Amino acid sequence: MSTSAQQIENLIGKNYKQGFVTDLETESFAPGLDEVVVRKLSAIKKEPAFMLEYRLKALRHWMTMKTPEWAFVKFKPIDYQAISYYSAPKKKEDGPKSLDEVDPELLDTYKKLGIPLDEQERLAGVAVDAVFDSVSVATTFKGKLKEAGVIFCPMSEALQEYPELVEQYLGSVVPHTDNFFAALNAAVFSDGSFVYIPEGVRCPMELSTYFRINAANTGQFERTLIIADEGSHVSYLEGCTAPMRDENQLHAAVVELIALENAEIKYSTVQNWYPGDKTGKGGIYNFVTKRADCRGDNSKVSWTQVETGSAITWKYPSCILRGNNSIGEFYSVALTNNYQQADTGTKMIHIGENTSSTIISKGISAGKAQNTYRGLVKVLKSAKNARNYTQCDSLLVGDRCGAHTFPYIEIKQPSAQVEHEATTSKISEDQLFFCQQRGLSPEDAVSMIVNGFCKEVFKELPMEFAVEAQALLGISLEGSVG
Amino acid sequence: MLTIENLHVSIDDKLILKGIDLEVKSGEVHAIMGPNGSGKSTLSHILAGKPGYTVTQGSITYLGKDLLDMEPEIRAREGVFLAFQYPVEIPGVSNIYLLKAALNAIRKYHGLDEVDAMDFLKIIKQKTALVEMDQEFLYRSVNQGFSGGEKKRNEILQMAVLEPKLCILDETDSGLDIDALKVVANGVNSLRSAERSFIMITHYQRLLDYIKPDYVHVLADGKIVKSGGSELALELEKKGYSWLEEQAAA
Ligand SMILES: Nc1ncnc2c1ncn2[C@@H]1O[C@H](COP(=O)(O)OP(=O)(O)OP(=O)(O)O)[C@@H](O)[C@H]1O
Ligand SMILES: [Mg+2]
Repeated sequence: MSTSAQQIENLIGKNYKQGFVTDLETESFAPGLDEVVVRKLSAIKKEPAFMLEYRLKALRHWMTMKTPEWAFVKFKPIDYQAISYYSAPKKKEDGPKSLDEVDPELLDTYKKLGIPLDEQERLAGVAVDAVFDSVSVATTFKGKLKEAGVIFCPMSEALQEYPELVEQYLGSVVPHTDNFFAALNAAVFSDGSFVYIPEGVRCPMELSTYFRINAANTGQFERTLIIADEGSHVSYLEGCTAPMRDENQLHAAVVELIALENAEIKYSTVQNWYPGDKTGKGGIYNFVTKRADCRGDNSKVSWTQVETGSAITWKYPSCILRGNNSIGEFYSVALTNNYQQADTGTKMIHIGENTSSTIISKGISAGKAQNTYRGLVKVLKSAKNARNYTQCDSLLVGDRCGAHTFPYIEIKQPSAQVEHEATTSKISEDQLFFCQQRGLSPEDAVSMIVNGFCKEVFKELPMEFAVEAQALLGISLEGSVG
Repeated sequence: MLTIENLHVSIDDKLILKGIDLEVKSGEVHAIMGPNGSGKSTLSHILAGKPGYTVTQGSITYLGKDLLDMEPEIRAREGVFLAFQYPVEIPGVSNIYLLKAALNAIRKYHGLDEVDAMDFLKIIKQKTALVEMDQEFLYRSVNQGFSGGEKKRNEILQMAVLEPKLCILDETDSGLDIDALKVVANGVNSLRSAERSFIMITHYQRLLDYIKPDYVHVLADGKIVKSGGSELALELEKKGYSWLEEQAAA
């Protein structure tokens, strides 16, 4: 191997900065999953009867299902009976009423992650819901949002306060029978975020949830439900981190978005779960079902994701373009390094007339990582004049990684226009040397080239997140060139 | 400024440079000519620190330091600049972004603050004017879709912005039309100073009509077979290289 190839190898050694463990007293269930566990979970959370029924229905269905095997990822079978399905920081009395009552250790954890929950230092203009292990620990800016009529609260709270809304919409986009992990989630989800934007309201600030897995041997199963009523608008951000642990941990979330007539939802994710160490030990299994239903005419949903973490990422944020003239967008950066595996992409299902979708996917593989784009564009007979544009680019760093592209196209309507472009490129030794010759360190050169490659996606992210995402790519590519 | 002594360089066990001696003082312009495959680009790569070559003998001293001991980016920050014979393309990275990142990396190394956006734009405006380059090129990806001549001009722009001490131009004149050649020569001439030296690799006298070298060297089969003043280039133009190669072989 030439010096330069060696340098590239060194460069991509990862440095996970969020890998600390918080020492907290927690309350968790013994590992194992059956009806008793589900009933206990529902009881602890004092859920309405419909919720328990739903969970049990999902559990019974899940027991009949097998782990899917079609993705381009490899992992040892998961023992679902060895996972604990509930872990929560032990509450002092009956749970924090305000931030002052939140365990200082917890506030400190979020501070270390760069997410101050303290009302004085909070991110300007961003309301944050922090989910620690399975429960929501703090939501900021509640008052201000209430004034605008916006509901932004933990799912467990929504089940108490707005059960009819939850009952109406939960599972209406991702049914409990949808897939193995969605069924599991429906049975055991413990918390997550709930958002309702009333008719005609433009949400006055960005909404954001930060997920943190802390406890060992727990799975995290959040459920997020966002409803944008007619003519409303919301931008929602999601960030995730976890401590470094040798065992793999399962994260199987479900996110459902519903956009009614003329409504718009922008959903951005920066996913930085612990990816495992250099040898491929440990890390999060990120098996997530995210789907949006553009139910109303002229509605729009835009997914933007920057995926740098997790040992395995397996997710396809999708749009069902039901309303006429509805628009679906998917902008994705997935970076895999060392032994990370990602099989990600989107599904755009065109049902309404004049529906259009855009897919921009940027996959970066380094080390021995595998990165797969898998996308489906489906145009039903009813979707007259549907349009799709797909662009799928892969960048290889070094020569031991892989990039794969599986675009599926199903068209039942002859007036549809579907375009697909794909490229694969490699950071060449000549590019690296050129940058060095201009005074840049190899790290900065790789990071500059990777950032340039992802530019089209980053520009879709809200400002603060774009900066964070760029820094994250920098860290993910940071190494030990000596 | 630069002293090369008895430099032997091989690639994949094949000896390419077979004992080069060269002394470049501050403010001097040296032209290096010679047949295809004689090792001119190899020499420029060795000076810039390109990986993949093995120095089997000899030394290079630059501003009193061992050049071969420095990483390529350190050489660049210390003022060594190479205008590439074949500039690479970097999709997605805009020209202006690269220029700013490079300038700041060099400034940081010298303990200077990063240039602020306003000052940077001022510098850029002045330098693009110097190489008669349209501002639009600044916002395009580095060299992507540039014509051969535009790429070369872009190299000179980078040189003008980074203000190096030792400028090595590897066939920057090849592929340029007459007007572009004048522009490049103008750029170089305006950068000439008592503190800055140039090594210009070229096949053509016409560049030397515009940039008058202090010395001309002929590199053949990995060795400098003849050195002289600017009149040597004229002689080569008339007689070619074969008489020198014969002399060297004899
Ligand atoms: N990677 C390599 N492997 C083997 N031989 C090489 C390699 N790189 C260069 N060479 C050889 O080294 C010799 C010198 O090449 P170099 O590019 O330095 O020539 P040059 O003088 O710049 O020629 P030109 O005028 O055509 O640009 C050539 O014979 C070339 O084939
Ligand atoms: Mg050459």
